[in-house]
Amino acid sequence: MSRPPSRSFGWPRLLGRGLLTLAAVAFLIVFLLLPLTAVFVEAFRQGAGAFFDAISQDEARSAIWLTVLVAAIAVPVNLVFGIAAAWVMARFEFRGKSLLGAFIDLPFSVSPVISGLVYVLLFGAQGWFGPWLEAHGVSIIFAVPGLVLATMFITLPFVARELIPLMQAQGNEEEEAARVLGANGWQMFFRVTLPNIRWALLYGVLLCNARAMGEFGAVSVVSGHIRGLTTTIPLEVEMRYNEYDYVGAFAVASLLALLALVTLAIKTALEWRYGDEIASHAPGGR
Amino acid sequence: MTLELTRLNRRFSDYPALNDVSLSIAPGEFLALLGPSGSGKTTLLRILAGLDYPESGQVNFNGKDYLAAAPRERNVGLVFQHYALFRHLTVAENVAFGLRVRSRRARPKRQEIEARVEQLLKRVQLDGFGKRFPSQLSGGQRQRVALARALAVEPDLLLLDEPFGALDAQVRVTLRRWLRRLHEELGLTTVFVTHDQEEALELADRIAVMNRGRIEQVGTPREIYQQPATPFVCEFIGKANRLTLRREGARFLAGGWIFADEPWAGEHTRAMAYVRPEHLTLSTTPVPGAWRARLRHVYLAGSVAHLDLDVAALDHPLEADIASEDLARMGLQAGAQLYVSPSHAVIFPLDHDGKPVAEDRWLWRAGVVSPPVRLPIKRSEVELGAHRVDGGIQR
Repeated sequence: MSRPPSRSFGWPRLLGRGLLTLAAVAFLIVFLLLPLTAVFVEAFRQGAGAFFDAISQDEARSAIWLTVLVAAIAVPVNLVFGIAAAWVMARFEFRGKSLLGAFIDLPFSVSPVISGLVYVLLFGAQGWFGPWLEAHGVSIIFAVPGLVLATMFITLPFVARELIPLMQAQGNEEEEAARVLGANGWQMFFRVTLPNIRWALLYGVLLCNARAMGEFGAVSVVSGHIRGLTTTIPLEVEMRYNEYDYVGAFAVASLLALLALVTLAIKTALEWRYGDEIASHAPGGR
Repeated sequence: MTLELTRLNRRFSDYPALNDVSLSIAPGEFLALLGPSGSGKTTLLRILAGLDYPESGQVNFNGKDYLAAAPRERNVGLVFQHYALFRHLTVAENVAFGLRVRSRRARPKRQEIEARVEQLLKRVQLDGFGKRFPSQLSGGQRQRVALARALAVEPDLLLLDEPFGALDAQVRVTLRRWLRRLHEELGLTTVFVTHDQEEALELADRIAVMNRGRIEQVGTPREIYQQPATPFVCEFIGKANRLTLRREGARFLAGGWIFADEPWAGEHTRAMAYVRPEHLTLSTTPVPGAWRARLRHVYLAGSVAHLDLDVAALDHPLEADIASEDLARMGLQAGAQLYVSPSHAVIFPLDHDGKPVAEDRWLWRAGVVSPPVRLPIKRSEVELGAHRVDGGIQR
């Protein structure tokens, strides 16, 4: 009969543990919890009425609407791209595969401001395609298409990076089994591939969406800050803040903070429930 | 319902996985593809399943061109080594998959599918497990689900890729006996890949021994074991002592032992012989011509004892197998003096480059004059001299 070795905590060890825990908690409070609370406190500083006034102004409404619109385009596009890219990366061997992997990661390694500037350089009035686009009456920069493009670029890696390691680990035997059993391509995808990656996909989409709605840098460059037309929620927050409209700024900011909290809650629930079906690392490892 | 494979070639970037492979599989036959990893056996199976395609060659089943058909048109059942069960589906849903993906016209009614699933689960002794998920089953149970799933589409051909490879030894033996019985009940043409010779010898009607993308020999387990066609088969199947022989007149000698009446009419000057451990006769008293040996070590393995023998007259030590009972009766211990002589041997002449000539195999038996032997195999089908075990790349 052997007993499991009892874990004895000496005084110094207990003390060390306590101090470390305390330090971690204190750090979290000062750097995360306090700012988050501050957002809501500031937003409601002049009462609920002022808060709801602030978020129901036309500018706020159009910013919310635009943010949702941009995300509603960018996220599905990156969902499709992410699945396609992950499929290619996980199922095939080809020349330049590692290069493709690097390209998928590119948006993580490039500063968002640069990402925005690249689009200005390409599609802006002085840019490569600018004059041609102008001649045909298409405006991309300082307009909604620019916002969508910049957001798509920034959020491109989220879905793919989440799926690649999972699909590589799962291998393609189940798909081969499905084919031999008589499934056609679509049946194989919808009955075998997709169910196997569904939680990781949801996870990736969630992160992608949070980023798409919260992106500031790249969007700021291509937006042109035309109130009511090309300002998303983060840009609206900045503009209000610069105009000393603190309640307004924090009220709109609280919407983003709420989005973050909801995302965090769903993400945690997913990790807790389907942890083994979700790639262990956060995308991009930034 | 014959399955006819003709001159299949398949190259992977750096090596040939299949090299001019031809094989004919009879209806209802249980055929094992046996070989070391990298010998091409799995590639051959994947080609039959439609998951891989050869660069050249033909596969005909019942006169139907198999290579022109997509996997879903071939009506084969495939069982993977690692089961490849759909992890998000229950056992019953897994088994029903092949029926549910059929076009509306060909799909059986729901009740029919349910009844068939029920019946199949009973057949693989898993009735009552339908609502479980694969992760809730043991390895042996999972493999039986995979088998039921493959059988559900009523395949013309059942393909098994190392089906017991991932199971532990005891389950493996039980499951393969069970599989053999199932095959006898169903009479389904079955091709089965394995690197485990015991499995192949025990299960198969015929065995195709593969090495480096070629088929070395096709035959019944008895033929493969008793009359190996090439040096590779001698070494890969069972154990064999290798002896170097040199000519002296009309006879060949190995360390003083005489292999008389060579069948080659003086053609070859050198040869090598393979002698199975159970074909060495041991004696404690001198025997004319026998090798003098010293017993170095005894490995007792249940009913059989493996003996390591040092023979001064030969360049290699010998391994002999005798029944444990005989060991006790003879009172043998390490260090004992013994006289050893072969009773059977498979002898291959060597050509000028020292490569064995498999066509001129000589099945030698002590005291029996052998007729000249010419094997009915083409020179091209045998990798001459390349009898080393290829520890190469998987597939």
